[in-house]
Amino acid sequence: MNRFLLPLGIFIVLVVFLGIGLNRNPREVPSPLIDKPAPAFQVPQLHEPAKTISQKDMLGKVWLFNVWASWCVSCRQEHPVLVELSKKNVVPIVGLNYKDGREDGMKWLQDWGNPYVLSAFDQDGRVGIDYGVYGVPETFVVDKSGTIRYKHIGPLTQDAVEKKLLPLVQELNAKS
Amino acid sequence: MRSLKSLMLALLLAAAPLVHAGEAAPAADDPVLEKRVLKLSEELRCLVCQNQTIADSHADLAVDLKNQIREKLKQGMSDNEVKDYMVARYGDFVLYRPPVKATTWVLWFGPFALLVIGVVVLFAKLKSRARKVAAAAGLSEADHQRAQSLLSAEEKREGA
Repeated sequence: MNRFLLPLGIFIVLVVFLGIGLNRNPREVPSPLIDKPAPAFQVPQLHEPAKTISQKDMLGKVWLFNVWASWCVSCRQEHPVLVELSKKNVVPIVGLNYKDGREDGMKWLQDWGNPYVLSAFDQDGRVGIDYGVYGVPETFVVDKSGTIRYKHIGPLTQDAVEKKLLPLVQELNAKS
Repeated sequence: MRSLKSLMLALLLAAAPLVHAGEAAPAADDPVLEKRVLKLSEELRCLVCQNQTIADSHADLAVDLKNQIREKLKQGMSDNEVKDYMVARYGDFVLYRPPVKATTWVLWFGPFALLVIGVVVLFAKLKSRARKVAAAAGLSEADHQRAQSLLSAEEKREGA
């Protein structure tokens, strides 16, 4: 009896490890930017090329920074969630139009609705690199002091918004 | 006619490198710099296609990052500074050779620990086996006689 117990135990441990490994998403690489100041940028706005936007413009507010592009298929998937969220008026969403054409981006927002208070126009993807973007869409939560508190990789879901983003925004808003 | 054809062919072949020259321009710019860019991009992981290096990958982001490396090196950054620059944005995961630190100890030393455990278990097993064999060898004279008589009884029965 005893001689079967040990291999069985090892087998179970192995299965547990493999099970954990299979259920993790290898695309979700933890960002080193969490709890660091949001990288500085100053780029033209999508709708008004003459005006610029910078992360400093949002100081004093808790805000979401959502990376999107008209060529990005999953962005289309998360878009209704963002539009719904913007209607609640609880947190301003700033867009980063990543490596997109100005016309394409503007048309996309016209077609599907514009949840953003403003969109930054990052044509060459440099702001994206500073934010460690590797898979659009990505969403950052930035607090009042301009520190990144959370990063969501991939399309936002209703579930993620309700269970993670909104409670976090509320918590950060409560802090002075 | 024939000579004209071969002349045209020769001209075409001579022109081929010129056609190519447009694409390879950055490499021709500064071979030393290009070598550094290549060496660095071979040590960095492309996050879009995770099992490729930036050098191997043709993903948009990999191309951007290669350009970024080139630009930073031109600005006078050292190789290590460029690596730090990438780690600051994408985390240790971009490095194909992760640094040795508290969170990567298991990764670096885990296999050696397993090896040590294996060797210890092996020697423990061998020792306990040697003890069993020794115990079996320690039979008294009476035991031997009893074994002998049992064995011969067996032989007789088989012979019958």
